[in-house]
Amino acid sequence: MKLTVDGNPHDVDVEEDMPLLWLLRDELGYKGVKYGCGVAQCGACTVHLDGVAVRSCQTWAADAEGAEITTIEGLGTPDALHAVQEAWIAHQVAQCGYCQSGQIMQAASLLAETPAPTDDQIDEAMSGNLCRCGTYPRIRAAVKTAAAKLSEV
Amino acid sequence: MGRAGTIARRTFMVGSVAVMSGVAFGYYMYRKPGPNPLLDDLKEGEAALTPYVLINASGITLITPRADSGQGAYSVQAMMIAEELDVDMDQVSVSPGVPSPAYYNTALAAESAPFRPTDRSTMANTTRGVMDAVMKFMGMQLTGGSTTVPDGYEKLRMAGAVARETLKLAAGKRTGQDPKKMTTERAHVILPDGTRIAYTDLAVEAAQIEPVDHLALRHHSKWRIMGTPQQRLDIVAKSTGTQRYGIDFEPEGVVHATVRTNPRKGGVMNGFDATNAKAMRGVKQVLPITGGVAVVADNTWRAFAAAEAIDIDWGAAPYQPEMDAHWQALSDSFNDDHLDSRKRDDGDVDAAFEGTTEVVEAEYRAPYLAHAPLEPSNATVLVDDDRVDVWSGTQVPRFVQANLAKLTGINVDNIHVHVQMMGGSFGQRLEDDVERQATEIAMQMKGTPVKLTYRREEDMTHDHPRQIAMARGRGVVKDGKVHALDLGIAMPSVMSSQMGRQGWSVPGPDLQIVAGAWEQPLSIPNYRVSGYRAPELAPVSSWRSVGASTNGFFHDVFLDELIHAAGADPMEERLRLMWHKPSRQVLEAVAEMSDWATKPGEGRGRGVAFCTSFGVPVAEVIDVTATPDGIRIDNVWVAAEVGRVIDPVNFENLVQGGVIFALGHAINCEITYADGMAEQDNFYAFEGLRMRQAPVIEVRGLENDIHVRGMGEPMVPPAAAALSNAIFAATGQRIREMPMNRHIDFV
Repeated sequence: MKLTVDGNPHDVDVEEDMPLLWLLRDELGYKGVKYGCGVAQCGACTVHLDGVAVRSCQTWAADAEGAEITTIEGLGTPDALHAVQEAWIAHQVAQCGYCQSGQIMQAASLLAETPAPTDDQIDEAMSGNLCRCGTYPRIRAAVKTAAAKLSEV
Repeated sequence: MGRAGTIARRTFMVGSVAVMSGVAFGYYMYRKPGPNPLLDDLKEGEAALTPYVLINASGITLITPRADSGQGAYSVQAMMIAEELDVDMDQVSVSPGVPSPAYYNTALAAESAPFRPTDRSTMANTTRGVMDAVMKFMGMQLTGGSTTVPDGYEKLRMAGAVARETLKLAAGKRTGQDPKKMTTERAHVILPDGTRIAYTDLAVEAAQIEPVDHLALRHHSKWRIMGTPQQRLDIVAKSTGTQRYGIDFEPEGVVHATVRTNPRKGGVMNGFDATNAKAMRGVKQVLPITGGVAVVADNTWRAFAAAEAIDIDWGAAPYQPEMDAHWQALSDSFNDDHLDSRKRDDGDVDAAFEGTTEVVEAEYRAPYLAHAPLEPSNATVLVDDDRVDVWSGTQVPRFVQANLAKLTGINVDNIHVHVQMMGGSFGQRLEDDVERQATEIAMQMKGTPVKLTYRREEDMTHDHPRQIAMARGRGVVKDGKVHALDLGIAMPSVMSSQMGRQGWSVPGPDLQIVAGAWEQPLSIPNYRVSGYRAPELAPVSSWRSVGASTNGFFHDVFLDELIHAAGADPMEERLRLMWHKPSRQVLEAVAEMSDWATKPGEGRGRGVAFCTSFGVPVAEVIDVTATPDGIRIDNVWVAAEVGRVIDPVNFENLVQGGVIFALGHAINCEITYADGMAEQDNFYAFEGLRMRQAPVIEVRGLENDIHVRGMGEPMVPPAAAALSNAIFAATGQRIREMPMNRHIDFV
């Protein structure tokens, strides 16, 4: 099956029911995508499938056929940061950082859909992403900063 | 690992040594408790050289031996070295170094001494010093107990200062000019005429010089880096998905493994049928390991799926299989046979109850809790005939080394532990099951690197959880004041369970049984805290703030009940009872921050709690609203006395995170056992706080005390108590058991 990840075309031969998470991590080497729970409870594995945030642990390889997948490393890079990543750095959000790939992908998807979210909309969109270190206050602030930045351009 | 991985053990024997055309600096650490141990009474023969600064032609590496599980340990250790070395944070790289006795943890020993942190007597300080020597002997390079900053506060700065002054001597030798007239900045020595010589250029010459020792550290008013917000060294990587954790490590030729061991932890495996699993795509091997079975495959998911397809016959649990029996064992422990310590016994408690009819009594409970860091347990191991390499996020690299030497029969010097960044820990990575199991697999596949990854379900059900605990309080109030407080706490010994797995016995009382209760600086006229050691039940381990995580809740909620019975104001009565000035000051701070005098409106409630743990007095005030959908936590105000705030932004982040961590578990988390197996196996049953439930948290760090403390853990113990006290204020319902959602709904 064929799919595109962070702009790179791939052709892989895997089971139809292999979770996209493990296709990305183990077959194709996209390690920015994280395994946390495997049952869509934590959001660490969040990627964009054709521009929309999905839990890659509960998205099957067959569902990704022909799709454009974006991982955290395709959203932006240390040299060319996405506005959400910039905001995450400015607010020093991360502690262990393990959930932050998923948090950032979720936030980027929210802002693409809702450029000026209310506090309630932020809480609603982000509550599927667990942070065991408890960085929620900083995530909230960073989402607002990113929203402001994105509305400037 | 980088360059530092090549430091040989013998390099610890001399002052400064050439390492791969560079120089490693250390300094002499002496056994001498007290405020400034480095300046007086230096003795030979007590020396342990601790290399923290590695300079060669290509750059400067700071060795940060305390592991980073997300608390910013690498950054904060680097800041302390850089402050005195006169380098900036953008000029250095960091490395966790190699396991070595040189990196033993001084502050952990001090914290283990049986004295209240407020006790600065000669006896207390001498004992802390003896513990220090014991720890040095054992070479306990351990990250835990909120000790990274207190342990490094003097020695890391001194390592920077020694390196700086020695580099100046080298410049003097080269130029014939007086080192006393030189200055340093941004990794350069500046000669009197303004000429700049890079440290990297002086490294080889500096290695030939006996390092300077008697040095004074700079006063904090002169600090450039410490005390100022710094960009965390890992923040860009952690915001771009480029940070690699243990679970991401993949050497050439790696195979992917997972394990299933008896969910009745420590029980045996009677047998298994892997016929179906072996036929599944990508499965390479199915191998027996201690207490279970491993699947090795070409992809993690294929290993997971095959492991789930194995039929396994598990043996019985080596502990009580049902929860009721665990609570009964605790309940049966409140007697003299189980008395473990009574280190607080002020006034005459028994006399205070005589002739009183109005005794306030209450019983409290706290459940087992999994650590559940978001990165599941994992380790990659390569075993060859005479060498083992381990890549894992561990807080105990020396234990791992020793245990794998025992397991493989390979000399401990040939066990190479490469510490990886951790995606959280909260104490989980003080255990080393995953490293042992990965090694068992790798021993059966010599020459092939094996990456073992736990399924989340394996991780949560095989975690060594926080202890279960119970407390019983009796108290008397008189004339509107708290007159007597008698608190008994029963729990199994965490230290005995945890160190027992390392083959060590823990003689004497386990002060974690009463931590967060016995050492509170309150002047209650009749005041007793008794620790009762329950028999070992399910295996338990250190969970963020350990004993204080349960006892801070018990002690302060019971105090709140007594204050209520006395008809006193919760803040004023705590302030009246608090004899220790820095502790009073944290209470005064949260009173001001929360505007305590102004009561919240209808349907709302405000609670305060105080707990000193790990030597850090912390006060928290919480506001809640009783809504038709349940309790909503609105605001939290926190003040903590830490001596010195090293990085204000990281401080705020860790304090807020500690409060959220504590509240989430207090509200909705527990591990319970049925048929010997944990009933919660993933986050749907062990949720913690979600963003929509997270309160606004305002933080203040106080710097009134002379002792510098770590703050990773002490924010946890008061949070659940403040929440319970706030719920009582809002609703009149007293919550005496965690998780609180057993008794009341939350939004």
